[in-house]
Amino acid sequence: MERKIRVLVAKPGLDGHDRGAKVVARALRDAGMEVIYTGLHQTAEMVVQTAIQEDVDVIGLSLLSGAHMTLFTDIAELLKERGMGDVLVVGGGIIPEEDVPRLKESGIKGIFGPGTSMDEIITFIKENVKG
Amino acid sequence: MKDLAQRVMKGDPRAIARMITLAENASPEARECMKVLHSRSGNAHVIGITGVMGAGKSTLISELAREYRKRGKRVGIIAIDPTSPFSGGALLGDRIRMMELATDPDIFIRSMGTRGMLGGLTGAVYDVVEILDASGKDIVIVETVGVGQAEVDVIKIADTTLVVLVPGLGDSIQSIKAGIMEIADVYAVNKADRPGFERTMAEIESLVELIADRGEERTPIIPVIAKEGKGIPELADTIDAHRKKMEGTKEFTLHRRRRYEAELVEIIRKRLMKMIFDEDVFRDRVEDLIDMIMRKKKDPYSAADEILSQVLK
Amino acid sequence: MFDRKALKELEKRRKEWENSNYIPLKERNPEIREEFENLSWTRIAPLYTPMDIGDKDYLKDISFPGEYPYLRGIHSTMYRGKIWTMRQFAGFGTAEETNERYKYLLAHGETGLSVAFDYPTLYGYDTDHPLARGEFGKCGVAISSLRDMEILFKDIPVDRITTSMTINGPAPVVWAFYIANADNQGIPRTKLGGTIQNDVLKEYIAQKSFIFPPAPSMRLTVDTFEFGYKEVPRWNTISISGYHIREAGSTAVQELAFTLADGFAYVKAAMERGLEIDRFAPRLSFFFNAHNDFFEEIAKYRAARRIWARGMKELGAKKPRSLFMRFHTQTAGVSLTAQQPEINIVRVAIQALAAVLGGTQSLHTNSMDEALALPSEKAVRIALRTQQIIAEETGVTSTVDPLGGSYYLEWLTDRMEEEAMRYFDRIEQFGGVIPAIEKGFFQREIAEASYRFQRELEEGKRTMVGVNKYVMEENLDIPLLEMDRKGEEIQLNRLKKLRAERDQTKADRALERLRRAAEGDENTMPYILDCVHAYNTLGETCGVLREVFGEYKEPLIF
Repeated sequence: MERKIRVLVAKPGLDGHDRGAKVVARALRDAGMEVIYTGLHQTAEMVVQTAIQEDVDVIGLSLLSGAHMTLFTDIAELLKERGMGDVLVVGGGIIPEEDVPRLKESGIKGIFGPGTSMDEIITFIKENVKG
Repeated sequence: MKDLAQRVMKGDPRAIARMITLAENASPEARECMKVLHSRSGNAHVIGITGVMGAGKSTLISELAREYRKRGKRVGIIAIDPTSPFSGGALLGDRIRMMELATDPDIFIRSMGTRGMLGGLTGAVYDVVEILDASGKDIVIVETVGVGQAEVDVIKIADTTLVVLVPGLGDSIQSIKAGIMEIADVYAVNKADRPGFERTMAEIESLVELIADRGEERTPIIPVIAKEGKGIPELADTIDAHRKKMEGTKEFTLHRRRRYEAELVEIIRKRLMKMIFDEDVFRDRVEDLIDMIMRKKKDPYSAADEILSQVLK
Repeated sequence: MFDRKALKELEKRRKEWENSNYIPLKERNPEIREEFENLSWTRIAPLYTPMDIGDKDYLKDISFPGEYPYLRGIHSTMYRGKIWTMRQFAGFGTAEETNERYKYLLAHGETGLSVAFDYPTLYGYDTDHPLARGEFGKCGVAISSLRDMEILFKDIPVDRITTSMTINGPAPVVWAFYIANADNQGIPRTKLGGTIQNDVLKEYIAQKSFIFPPAPSMRLTVDTFEFGYKEVPRWNTISISGYHIREAGSTAVQELAFTLADGFAYVKAAMERGLEIDRFAPRLSFFFNAHNDFFEEIAKYRAARRIWARGMKELGAKKPRSLFMRFHTQTAGVSLTAQQPEINIVRVAIQALAAVLGGTQSLHTNSMDEALALPSEKAVRIALRTQQIIAEETGVTSTVDPLGGSYYLEWLTDRMEEEAMRYFDRIEQFGGVIPAIEKGFFQREIAEASYRFQRELEEGKRTMVGVNKYVMEENLDIPLLEMDRKGEEIQLNRLKKLRAERDQTKADRALERLRRAAEGDENTMPYILDCVHAYNTLGETCGVLREVFGEYKEPLIF
């Protein structure tokens, strides 16, 4: 049987802008993935516990409030701490160019800003998810 | 691999999660582990929860899980959503109602897509129930997709089947009663503060009356307001009472037999399908046969005979 | 509007034109697309003529500005009498930093303030709440107590300017901070002018910064209506907002329909409480988006005015102020691109022009760098200058509703009104706005539209310049806003100090009285004011309400 890519789409932090997260979730579903959506206002602990239980291959974080430097890195660190460092983590939102290197260093492998096409995200996931 | 099974039995969440993935993907490693896990399962109280979409099942499960945690029970939850028949993908959103439980180490929630199975369950659900059971969960809750079709499969797996209804769905009770109403061991009428509650209660009462044999105990109906946690302790009591009443009875043994029968059938079905469709020799033969059927050189029945006789050789 | 004979003749001539002119040309040179659709997927014809609006009665359906049904504008003189209020939404970091920005904007000719709060504030949490982690001052200014509000408006004459505050769930508390600040300066409440957004329905539908379930939220809203007309009569106690519905991906038609449906739901809720419509309705205001489809946007504002006037009349309103719709407009944040950000200036200018031609009362123009980060001073200044150019250079302000009478615009206005009415019927079938929210109706409609648009964008059926067409490699050269890195620490220390120095007994007592009022059915506003005067924080005051009312959990809709 074909192995399905499982993705957790999570919205950490307080902003309620879920249009992007939901559009991405639907697009990933349409690309044949199993997508678990957490809803709004997730703490790092909630995201990581969910990722563990759902045994996901990918975590997609969406945040538009500008709190990404704190919250994305919190999650990346907690994942490593729990031995989940091999999960592919990507992030989207309003992320200034200058923050990107530090986010990548912390373990967020893909950063997608406004205007990213769904295809680009899908391709990135398919190419980078571990086999 | 034995090691993974050991870790599952110790309740290690990462091992449980990985084990479930292996089972879902029907990988050969899963088989070996499942053999080990079987001996340790059979202790959990498996509660199947079904009902139409919008009945508030997820919220109710979240509250029920919280109630069982208060009673010191460890809880596993399997939430099933439909897999898209077109893309093979799925949006699994039931967890959103349960996120507050996410950080409790004694609750394990897993979302699953139906992956082509009908009947509201997913092919791997038997395995997943067994895994959670063997991992030491006292309660395993299985939530079906709830899209209104007859989700009667849940009865095979659950010790106690809970059907969730809401006021204002009067017509739909009529339409679904044929399948879903008969399978209930307990009814919960959620959103009991909504208008139309009295009427819904009355309708279900009369249905229960209709279904029950003379002199038989009536299926209990519990009003709840899941959103506010109201009626949840009573519901948990009723579910527990059902299990207690069943334990040791002939029906219970028969029920467990049926569950293993269904599981056995499912395993055989899956293995056979895998043999036929995953292995190149057969796969090619199948393609050839389909071509012949297309050209009216063969009929599907004879083609099936041919394949089965080869597989079973 | 045109006599029948003339229309008959026109119909004939139009057919001739089509057969002898339009179709042959189209067959020789095919049109760019097979179908032309606007952003609501409404098909647009190649030409509109008097035939398309022939059945309209000018005096009944269009009429004069300042007169029912206010299609052409709410005042007879419109911008000849007074230019719209140029109100730039701003706020970040600490109250001190935002106070500086306000003074900068006022010095550059802005005529009203508009406060953006950070996320913890929008959810009624203090800066030291665990969920506030990482969010301090990011999307607005952090206001956790009356002390912060005092600093925010330091040296700003609150009796002479008007202030708009984008706050919803905790609106009564934040409004109380503003009123209490004026109280302490000895400024009478009757002199305060401004707006609190206070529109919780659209939070459930789109923006998602909700706290309480719908029923207690509506009660708090009606509390502010009642308190407003009695105590702070120049204050707009609500700004019924389509902006966020649109930003969440709705179409213009959905924005129009859902916003007005919300508006009528508030009116009905207040009437159910026994409030007199002509006492509270004059203080209701609206807030719309200005998006890319130029004519559709103008038609939207015009249709909104007519639907509102007609609906309010039906509900028994008599005063002109209750019947006419005043609204604020903001250009569409969602239309801005992170790619080639300078071109956003052009988008914003066109969107702003639509808002002005649609008769807005106040306007926020987005800054070009908003898809990248919080706007820098220069970007904000250019955005403000855009409005000043429209107001003072283009001449569009010289006459009222200059596009009124355009066959296309009038047709589109009618058409959008019809579609909004159809949505009203569907909402009615759910039993009203709140049941429709609980069943996820709006959310589903919006999600569908937004997904459909995204797909069409990716298929190349829609263009976003710089994103899927005319793309180029570039080195971004936009100076981004630098915030005080010590800000959070300053704010946390201030909170700590406030809690240590206030009269704790007095503070606790005020909270207890609020709890009792909330449990009963008294108007909560006076009790909230007592709480904030006693220097209870936002989190503490909302905390009491959270305990009494519970928190809302949304249905999951993709």
